[in-house]
Amino acid sequence: MAVDVFGSFALVLALVCAAYAFAGGIAAILTRHPLLIKSSRQAGIATCGLVFLATFSLEYLFFSDNFANAYVVAHSNRDLSTFYKVAALWSGQEGSLLFWSFLLSIYVVSVLIAYRNKNGELMPYVGVVMAGVQIFFLMLNNFVASPFKALAAPGADGVLNYVARGDGSGLNPLLQYPEMVIHPPNLYSGYTGFTIPFAFALGALLARYPGEKWIHLTRKWTMIAWMFQSLGILLGAHWAYAVLGWGGYWGWDPVENASLLPWLTGTAFLHSVMMQEKRGMMKVWNVWLVFCTFLMCILGTFLTRSGVVSSVHAFAQSSIGTWFVGFMGIILLVCFGAYLKNRDYLASENQLDSIVSRESSFLFNNLILLVSCIAVLSGTLFPVFSEWFTGNRISVGAPFFNKVNIPLGLLLLFLTGVGPLLAWRKTSTESLKRNFGWPLGAGMAAGAVAFALGFREFYSLVSLILCIFVVATIGLEFYRGAKVIRARSGASLAASAIDLTMRNTRRYGGYIVHVGMVFVFIGLAGSAFNRDTQKEMQLGSTMQIGPYTLLLQSFDTKPEKNYTAQRMIVEVLQDNKPKMMLYPEKRRFATNEQNGTMVAIHSTLKEDLYVVYAGDSPDTQLPVIHAYLNPLVKWIWFGGVVVVFGTLIALLPNQRAVLVLAGARHPATQPLPQALSPSVTLREGHD
Amino acid sequence: MKKQAKFGIGVSVIVVSMAFLAWLGYGESKTYYHTIAELQTLSGSALTHRMRVGGTVEPGSIRRLSGRVDFVLEGEGKKLPVSYMGSDPLPDTFVDKSQALVEGRPGSDGRFVAEHVQAKCASKYEAAPGGSGGAAADSSQRSM
Repeated sequence: MAVDVFGSFALVLALVCAAYAFAGGIAAILTRHPLLIKSSRQAGIATCGLVFLATFSLEYLFFSDNFANAYVVAHSNRDLSTFYKVAALWSGQEGSLLFWSFLLSIYVVSVLIAYRNKNGELMPYVGVVMAGVQIFFLMLNNFVASPFKALAAPGADGVLNYVARGDGSGLNPLLQYPEMVIHPPNLYSGYTGFTIPFAFALGALLARYPGEKWIHLTRKWTMIAWMFQSLGILLGAHWAYAVLGWGGYWGWDPVENASLLPWLTGTAFLHSVMMQEKRGMMKVWNVWLVFCTFLMCILGTFLTRSGVVSSVHAFAQSSIGTWFVGFMGIILLVCFGAYLKNRDYLASENQLDSIVSRESSFLFNNLILLVSCIAVLSGTLFPVFSEWFTGNRISVGAPFFNKVNIPLGLLLLFLTGVGPLLAWRKTSTESLKRNFGWPLGAGMAAGAVAFALGFREFYSLVSLILCIFVVATIGLEFYRGAKVIRARSGASLAASAIDLTMRNTRRYGGYIVHVGMVFVFIGLAGSAFNRDTQKEMQLGSTMQIGPYTLLLQSFDTKPEKNYTAQRMIVEVLQDNKPKMMLYPEKRRFATNEQNGTMVAIHSTLKEDLYVVYAGDSPDTQLPVIHAYLNPLVKWIWFGGVVVVFGTLIALLPNQRAVLVLAGARHPATQPLPQALSPSVTLREGHD
Repeated sequence: MKKQAKFGIGVSVIVVSMAFLAWLGYGESKTYYHTIAELQTLSGSALTHRMRVGGTVEPGSIRRLSGRVDFVLEGEGKKLPVSYMGSDPLPDTFVDKSQALVEGRPGSDGRFVAEHVQAKCASKYEAAPGGSGGAAADSSQRSM
């Protein structure tokens, strides 16, 4: 059997199985029949298996250079390297949507198998919600954007016949870059991953499942999805930086914005669930945050795939938009219905006590993230809505997004430092001084020094002060906790800090994520000082940027398998001493007659030297170098690594039962010094 | 003061100041979308707006002059002469017959003065006759 036929049959069968998992699951909920529960779960597992088969079939078509398949013809060619034949799977509409189903299936099958003997009351509901989402995407895979379409052409008699090409059109050069192999899987793993907390939240609401159990169950799934989303966003930014050659990493492009939206609501959710776990508050809010996060994921996929907002990603309008709008409408209806029916189950158990408390810092954290989300969302959809209401299609650009999001980001950074150290309910002035006195002093001192040195960019200066402040508060937390452990165990301070982290991974992993975000902010603040210059270059001529002198030594042309590279050989001198060689190049891809740019970047923690071969001058035919000096950019990528590391720590189980050490160390006669609580006392896990 | 009132004030300060900043940013960056045909019917103050126009680059019309690049955009049977005067190099995808989005303002002599140009190649596969139309020339491409 031909593999493309096999693949498309697998997709049809997957849809049938998903339909059974959905309808059988509903029947199982109504009848509580154990066999129905089991069979619908197994149908869910079978759906995933069939989606895997379909995905592998498409990948097989790429690797076997099957140029009878329309999708393979459009996105691959014989000389394309193995690496990019894997990535070609998600380089177009049909494959991306199949890949969505594929990643979703990995999550769904993991959940179905991991909880097969647990949470019996809840799982049928969760299974139904997951199957519902799968049905939607499988309908797209089967009926709207099938990746298994064969090429056909009318013969002499006017009848359509199957045809095959000798070679494909090749993969878009912009996508032939290592990040393009890892960026979409990460981002899509984020988008699809939020389906799991959504399914549990909606399932728990429908089932009136008691307590906060759904939050404990979904916590690690939410963190995994959040981690992938963060990584996907940063890899996308890095790709834009390294490939597009305009010197920046974030252009507020609709598709970039689309990836940011669920990250903002997901981050808000990760924080506000703690209010529910600790104090039984914000139940309605949390449920709606998950609903919104999932909707943002679907909206993000919709914006990326439909081209409804004129983006550089997609100019063409596509019929797929109607499907997504319909699906989002159904999700909203179901969520509203479930909420209206069971809202009494979400009554809050507590009230806010004070404005200077952990609760209120979470509230403001959520407010900021939500305002930012609304600003980004309305800016992104502005062309659509302005056309509806005024008839004029109007878009807004970077100044709109920056004006709102920079101050919001700084407020959030401030809360990152303050929030974790405020006590629940109410924080005393005494503890404020103790926890924030030193860090605030350090931040202000750094700010004063920077100002004296001629640092005048307002937002960057505020950012610097806050970054120092936040790192100092977190450092102080680690130091105080580690000191307590060291006093008891006698281990070194570093070993005690690791011990401390492993005892309460969630709390200290969270701190590490915060430090990673501080690094990202340091990198963003650097953009206020970007410089660039452009010059026509002859052999032997030089140009100056910052401390660097660029000397054009020679040119060469390098034929590669899939393209021909035209390379500039540039020597970089610093203080008249040779420092390194850079090779910015232009690539010409033969199969689709497209060009690609390879930027040469010399990256240090202080700054990036970013050199682009910008083309040949129209007047003189001389090559043009566009050089940028971008301070601190590397901190952004480094911060991303730290964020992922912190999330992984937070995902680990606590190593030992957490003890209240402070009490054990001090005999009953000696009262616990006020100064040590609350931050030093090692508290029970969820914090 | 009651704690609810304090929260109310905090929330309002943030929301109101952000709305104000958003309004400022909107005024600074709003850009109108027009087709080439619409552009020719505009008059008065509508001609001073910042705008974005899309079309196909007329084959053979790209002329690289000193300090600017001239080309002609076609769409719906109409033509629009454009002068690109931006500082960024034109994207690699900007060639004859590519789909382009130009951003800028109409000049006084009927030429459109563009500050930004985005472009996307018409897919070779789609242009070829006899394709089943399975694969749209879409998606994951951007340039800026």
